[in-house]
Amino acid sequence: MNGPHDLGGRAGFGPVVVEQDEPVFHADWEGRALGLTLCAGVLGHWNLDASRHARESLPPAFYLSASYYDIWLTALEALLATHGEVSERERASGRMETPGLRPERKLDADAVFAVLSKGGPVDRSGAGPAAFAVGDRVRLRRGLVRGHTRLPSYAMGRTGVVTGIRGFHVYPDSNAHFEGEAPCWLYGVTFTGEELWGSGAEPGTEITIDAFEPYLTHA
Amino acid sequence: MHDHAHDNELSDAEARTRALETILVEKGLVDPAAIDAIIETYAEKVGPRTGAQVVARAWTDPDFASALREDATATIAGMGFFGRQAEHMEVVWNGEGVHNLVVCTLCSCYPWAVLGLPPVWYKSPPYRARAVSEPRAVLRDFGVELPEETRVRVWDSTAEVRYLVIPERPAGTEGLDEAALAALVTRESMIGTGLARDPDA
Repeated sequence: MNGPHDLGGRAGFGPVVVEQDEPVFHADWEGRALGLTLCAGVLGHWNLDASRHARESLPPAFYLSASYYDIWLTALEALLATHGEVSERERASGRMETPGLRPERKLDADAVFAVLSKGGPVDRSGAGPAAFAVGDRVRLRRGLVRGHTRLPSYAMGRTGVVTGIRGFHVYPDSNAHFEGEAPCWLYGVTFTGEELWGSGAEPGTEITIDAFEPYLTHA
Repeated sequence: MHDHAHDNELSDAEARTRALETILVEKGLVDPAAIDAIIETYAEKVGPRTGAQVVARAWTDPDFASALREDATATIAGMGFFGRQAEHMEVVWNGEGVHNLVVCTLCSCYPWAVLGLPPVWYKSPPYRARAVSEPRAVLRDFGVELPEETRVRVWDSTAEVRYLVIPERPAGTEGLDEAALAALVTRESMIGTGLARDPDA
């Protein structure tokens, strides 16, 4: 979906403002919100792609004006409600009404190191031959996508060159909607600035995205 | 007016976070000590100094540098840096006439296990919007002016591959050891919005 998160090439946001000696967290609640998000993810009701989709589905005006941890927190509230763990009424009252659904999956403090160390690799076995090779000219899919996608709108319909084969990875467009991992080949696809931005491009620039095989056709 | 980057706001977010944690703990779904451990990991253990060690070794050890080109994920893991948000690593090399810049236009993808959590500007709309369409202008926001003939390669992290920029080794650093070199490697230089520090600066 080309929601408020799909920011590449948009104008009007002003200069990049860099905070000198920026702390890791600006307030205690930011660290707690991060921790809650990771702990709740371990319960296994949703996957990484579904959590991204929850964030990009927030109302655009909120998404574009909230701090990033507030975006995470608000999406987490939505995910916990959708999956039946914490209702809006419980959040409003601050009191539990029904017990947790998956307490047996709770992330214990002494397992944090192992969980963070393991991460969540998305490469999968069982790959058939890749349909594209390095050097191939490819056109990126275009058109309205109502669900989750990792194809940024600025690249839709554009022509680029395959410059890398990254692996056989989980397909977010399917996984975000719990329709299976549907792994497919992932490619680096490189565009010239002129192909993406026309006469508005800065000279001597190129942009590479990581694009899943279903996004591509031979050009 | 610029209306973003308010990550220091003590809005209702603090109250909502507390309420959510209280309920999740009461339901037996969250261990508060696990949250403490996560915070400690990213506040104290993992950060830009982690990635700086990778860069310094890439500058000094040609075998390590070629291993990085072959398999960045395994080579970086060999230094003890692996896990969440560094499961699939690629390194990109600055050099004569080439400058690399990393962004995630769609969210905030960043190599956590190598650079720690991303700074606010990396997650903010101005950077995510402009890094792909006017990277040279973005670099000027950071005080970096590239020669016209330098090619700019932008990497938009649209999947689960995470990018680390190996900046150019500054001149006059031949006598420095790995630790002294790592001290010259800034977070910005590993994202591509800056250069490694001059040893005399």
